[in-house]
Amino acid sequence: MRVAVLDLGLGNLLSIKRALERQGADVSILSGWDGGTDLPPAIVLPGVGAFRDGISALGRFKGAIEMAKGGGATVLGICLGMQLLLSKSYEGGEYEGLNLIKGEVVKLPPSVKVPHMGWNSIRILKRSPITDGVADGEFFYFVHSYHCALQEDVAIAETEYGTKVVAMVEKRNIFGTQFHPEKSGAAGARIIRNFLEVSKR
Amino acid sequence: MALTKRIIPCLDVDRGRVVKGIRFKDLKDAGDPVEQALTYERQGADEIVFLDITASSDFRETVYEMIKKTAYSLSIPFTVGGGLRSSIDVRKVLLAGADKASLNTAAVMNPEVIREGAEVFGSQCIVVAIDAKRAGPGRWEVYTYGGRRPTGLDAIEWARRAEQMGAGEILLTSMDYDGSKDGYDIELTKAVSRAVNIPVIASGGAGNPEHICRALVEGEADAALAASIFHYGEYSVEDVKRHLKGKGVSVRL
Repeated sequence: MRVAVLDLGLGNLLSIKRALERQGADVSILSGWDGGTDLPPAIVLPGVGAFRDGISALGRFKGAIEMAKGGGATVLGICLGMQLLLSKSYEGGEYEGLNLIKGEVVKLPPSVKVPHMGWNSIRILKRSPITDGVADGEFFYFVHSYHCALQEDVAIAETEYGTKVVAMVEKRNIFGTQFHPEKSGAAGARIIRNFLEVSKR
Repeated sequence: MALTKRIIPCLDVDRGRVVKGIRFKDLKDAGDPVEQALTYERQGADEIVFLDITASSDFRETVYEMIKKTAYSLSIPFTVGGGLRSSIDVRKVLLAGADKASLNTAAVMNPEVIREGAEVFGSQCIVVAIDAKRAGPGRWEVYTYGGRRPTGLDAIEWARRAEQMGAGEILLTSMDYDGSKDGYDIELTKAVSRAVNIPVIASGGAGNPEHICRALVEGEADAALAASIFHYGEYSVEDVKRHLKGKGVSVRL
């Protein structure tokens, strides 16, 4: 299974690359895509950095995003990668997102310590192939200061941290996790394996 | 559903090899950081901290090699600290594959290092480690250079400042209790936990699971770091978590 990890230049991609490889994926790290080569059927938007830098770096992948929009590739956005899928973010200003999913990225409430850092359990709202074999209440590793306020009904799992926090989204061929599956032990590995399975279809 | 309290085993590393590691029969190589870390991952550790104690700068590169190998195998987050002098060192540690870099002396000498790291990689990657020693009632002084040099800084003030500069987490070690196995400094832990709005990891003094419980409940820490109680096989991470769960503390088990 060929998978492209989009390198947004915001940090180390070793963990996500290895997590995909452990599940048998053939991973290429792309620093841009202009349509010149075959785009792998599965695309991962990795999870570190600030929204502004991430969305700016995605300018190098316009073709790939268009392909994904048309259903030509299955996408997994992780943490910031999921937030980039939304319409808008208020992280460090106000920035337009990819608008693949309607919603806004907003700061976690002041009642809790920020970042939301550590293992939290998820409540599965809607069963999906990507949560196949994942128990309701399973723990995943979260690290984030902003979260997704969705304006369409695409949340498939949530957690709680001062407020209800969207943990996973699914919209046709687009998936997102607010947590880091590549840092979430066996449960995270299961999500990654499921994503690869879904991408094969 | 609630954010769980984290249990974090700490491994001391010298020239890329674990010193005072876990002593289990099934370990092929007790000095191998990867094997040690994976053992803790299997026991249910929430994160791992590596403290590099390599004294000679001639062997500085060994830590980056170790980070690469660890990142290759581990599927939980890990932090690397010890001897990081500048934002260049922070960058090297993070790009080698560590999830977080822990700054201690360098942050005190030049707090801008915290800001630089946080701006480039995000606050969540920058841990500020504070070694604190009791200086009077309700007062603790920050020490640097592995606890050898007093700085005159107040630990609570320094924790607040580190947060302002962009630290994502505080790793707080009580020098008075470290190695004592008598329990954590609850008063210090609580004072710092209440002073900042970022997670605090309590460290220094764990001798049994109840000590860890007290640091998390009475000390209000978000996580607890321990070394020797795990290394000597007295308690596994799972034993500690079972104890915590029995006391009503939310843990990943």
